[in-house]
This record gives sequence, structure tokens and C-alpha cells, in this order.
Amino acid sequence: MCGIIGLFLKSSDLEPKLGSLMTGMLGTMCERGPDSAGFAVYGRGDNGQVKLTLRADSAAFDFDKLGSDLSAAIGAPVSITRHDTHAVVAVPADLEIEARAAIAGQCDDVRIVSVGKRMEIYKEVGRPDAVADRFKLSDMTGSHGVAHTRMATESAVTTNGAHPFSTGRDQCLVHNGSLSNHNSLRRAMSGSGITFETDNDSEVAAGYLTWRMQQGDSLGEALTKSLNDLDGFYTFVVGTENGFGVLRDPIACKPAIMAETEKYVAFGSEYRALAGLPDIENAKVWEPEPGTVYFWER
Amino acid sequence: MKIVDLDVTSLRELNQMLHEQQDDVTTENWRIKNPQGRHAIAVGIDAPLNVEIDGNAGYYCAGMNKGANITINGSTGVGVAENMMSGRVHVKGNASQSAGATGCGGLLVIDGNASARCGISNRGTNIVVKGVVGHMSAFMAQAGTLVVLGDAGEALGDSIYEAKLFVRGAVKSLGADCIEKPLRDTHKEQLGALLKASGLGGEIDISEFKRYGSARQLYNFKIDNLGAYG
Repeated sequence: MCGIIGLFLKSSDLEPKLGSLMTGMLGTMCERGPDSAGFAVYGRGDNGQVKLTLRADSAAFDFDKLGSDLSAAIGAPVSITRHDTHAVVAVPADLEIEARAAIAGQCDDVRIVSVGKRMEIYKEVGRPDAVADRFKLSDMTGSHGVAHTRMATESAVTTNGAHPFSTGRDQCLVHNGSLSNHNSLRRAMSGSGITFETDNDSEVAAGYLTWRMQQGDSLGEALTKSLNDLDGFYTFVVGTENGFGVLRDPIACKPAIMAETEKYVAFGSEYRALAGLPDIENAKVWEPEPGTVYFWER
Repeated sequence: MKIVDLDVTSLRELNQMLHEQQDDVTTENWRIKNPQGRHAIAVGIDAPLNVEIDGNAGYYCAGMNKGANITINGSTGVGVAENMMSGRVHVKGNASQSAGATGCGGLLVIDGNASARCGISNRGTNIVVKGVVGHMSAFMAQAGTLVVLGDAGEALGDSIYEAKLFVRGAVKSLGADCIEKPLRDTHKEQLGALLKASGLGGEIDISEFKRYGSARQLYNFKIDNLGAYG
């Protein structure tokens, strides 16, 4: 099954409430995916800095030590903001490669979940409302975000198998459905520099879009091409640094409903996810057409 | 009139109260507040009740209806009025996929649009959609009627049996074994009666509709095809 929510704010006045609105939306989708949950939030970004979201196996992990070791290794100051098992590490953008190498070389207990100027990704196994609470999603702010509640089908219930998947800077994807040609696509992209962390089919869809955008496609063009290259059933919601996209396969087995007002565009697997949004009574509410690319940028 | 607020009363309690009307109708008129997209609102009613739902409902709203007159003052999720036996369901907004699926009787009226697979496997429900319907509508429909005032999506009436389809707008494509058929006087009468029952008066020109149905080439076993099953 799985549940997806997404919220893209068209103007800045709701930005302080992004996390609390997403928390309400995510909570309604617990029944669609009780196994694990994750979310991506596009918050403030500083020019010249890149944010690495790290995930440790345990909340007891010593992120402060990692921060000081990392700072020494790359020879530059780093800032660390901790959220339960995750931490956001901001480093100078021109030292990203060195920082990643230093983190990968330091210990096996921590992984890089996402990289981006603005995007942070958090994911854990467990009931979605509990996951949102652990990371204090309700306190987070930003311009847009996506979240996913997973009922696992194609691969194991692990934190790595939780969505969103990110395969490129500030790019993420959540997926409801299952892809049947993910193994051949993974092989086809293996020489392109896209790396995959899991056997998950949805990660391949994320990698595909990253690969297309590396070839110069816009998000909309990449989504359009995926209609020919991805085989299976899917509803995707994707985020980029400034964009938000939605695509359903041509058969449209997987549910999707959207709402748009002057202030936001919202996505839900079910209307329940949208029912608590401000001014929903006056929103344009519609079901996205199958095989049709929708995207917004600001 | 009994008013039930779903922010206060649980869905299960509501449906239980509606089911208790089955043998002895003590409250004929019901109004349901704050549906908030919840699933399975007012399902399994077997009594001549009038039920109004104020807002948007989730999946399977008014499912398995027998005899009730149910109005939704909003839009509905997947499978509204699925498996209806008799009665009337009126959606004032739009309906999601599989509206009126597998019904045996009754009337489903949708003022807005219905998305994919409207009237899938219909076995006798009359469905009137005032807007458009999505792809694969009336898939494997066996009986009943689907009337669409707007357009129909791809593969209308795929693998259809004996359901009758009337579409006023454009049909993107017909599914396997579905063909256009002549609109005879008897069909016009049937169509006129259904439109009237749906609250539409003489403003609709019945001759604008086209009728579609089964070419009857697919649903009987053909001995020539025996080799395909070897």
C-alpha cells in the first residue's frame, strides 16, 4: 500500500508552519504504511555551505566527536545540528567530497542519508507519527517537503529501505507502487556515476531522475522520459531544490489527490491527508491524471 | 433528523446505528457532519433512510447500499456506492476511481467527474455522470447503464458484456469488443427516464448521445480458439 504526502508552499508566509502541517498530514497516513516513515524538508540553505544529513544506528552515537574529527580532517569548521539518530552537518560546499570521504572512513555506524544545500532527510523504522515525533518534524520550517509511510513489498523493512530516496544533491523521491524493471535499470545506470545503497526499486526511480537531470533535463523532462523507461506501477512525488513534481503511471493504480490554493500545492494518497490544511474548503481539489507530469517551481 | 458528528462519534458507532434501522426504522433522516475524508461512511445500509453527508468522504462511501437515499455534499474517494443493491446515491462533487463498481441495482448520480474505472464490473446499477469519466470505465460491465454527459477516457467498455453505455461527449478510445450501436427509440426513452431521475430536465438533447455496447465477439467461448488454451 504505502502513503505519500507532499506540501509545496508558493509563498513564504506559511514557511514557519511547514513542519507542523506536514506532521498532521503524515499522521493520517499511518494506516497506509505502518512499517517505516521518512521525510525530506527543504529548509534554509546558506550559500557556500552544503548540508549532509547523517544517520547513526543508535541515538547514543557521539555526533560531537564526529564533528570535531571531521573538522580536523577537512581543515574547516563544521556545524552539527542533532535530531535523535540523525544529525545535519554543514560544511563548506567546496569541501563536500573531502567531508564525505572523511565520514565514510571514520566509522561504520553512521551513513550519509542526503546531501544538499537545502534538503534534509530523516527516516526510521516504526509508526510514522512516532517517527515524526522523534525528529520533531512539527518544529521544522521550509518551503516544501515530502513524506512517506511504507508498507514494504519489494525489499526488507529497514531504515535504508525507508523513503525518501536521494541519489543527487537536493533531490529526493517517494514512491507508492512497485517497479518491475528496476534491476535492469540499475545495471544500465551503473556506469553513469549514480550509486545505489539498497536493492530497493524506488531508489532506482530516484537514481533514474538524477541521471536524467545530470544529462541536462529539467525535472519535468526527466519525469516525462520516465514514462517510457520505468515499467511498473507508481505514484511518485519528487522534490528538487526549488521544485516539486508528481507523476502517476498510465494505469494509475495507486491513489493520488491534490489540492491547490494561492498559498500551496499539496499532495496526499488520500483526501484525509489534505483535510486539515488551511483553507482546504476553498482549494481546488483534483485527482492528477494518469501519465501526466505535474511540477511546480519557485 | 438525527445529526451525527464524526469528530465526536466513531465511524463504527455511526454505521452500527444505521444498521440498527434495518428491521425497524425509528429515524428516517440522518445528517453526517465532518466526514473529513474518512473511509466506509454509511456502508451496508439496508433500510429506506435519507442520509446526507456534509463534506468530502473517503473510500467506499455508501457501499453495499440497499434501499437508502444517500447524498454526499462533497467529493468521494475510491469505490463510492460500490456493490449497490437498490436505492440512490448522489455525489454532488467529483468521485474517484471505481465509482459504482460491481453494483446490482439502484441509481448512482455524480454531478462532477468520475475518474478511472467508473462502473467497473457493473451488474445492474444505473450510473449517471454529469462530467467526464476516466479510462477503463465500464470494464467488464455485465448489466446496468452508464450515462456520461461529458467525455470518456481510454478503453471505454473494455471486455463489456451486456451493460448499456451512453456518452454525449468524445470517447478517447473503445476497449476490446466494445462498439458503437444505433440509438433507437427504446434507448432514448430509457435515457430520458434516467436523466429525469438524475434531476436533469429537458435541457439535454438526447439525440446528442451515442450508444456503445458489446460486439459479443469476446465473451463466448469459440471453438476456433481452442488451440490458444492448449
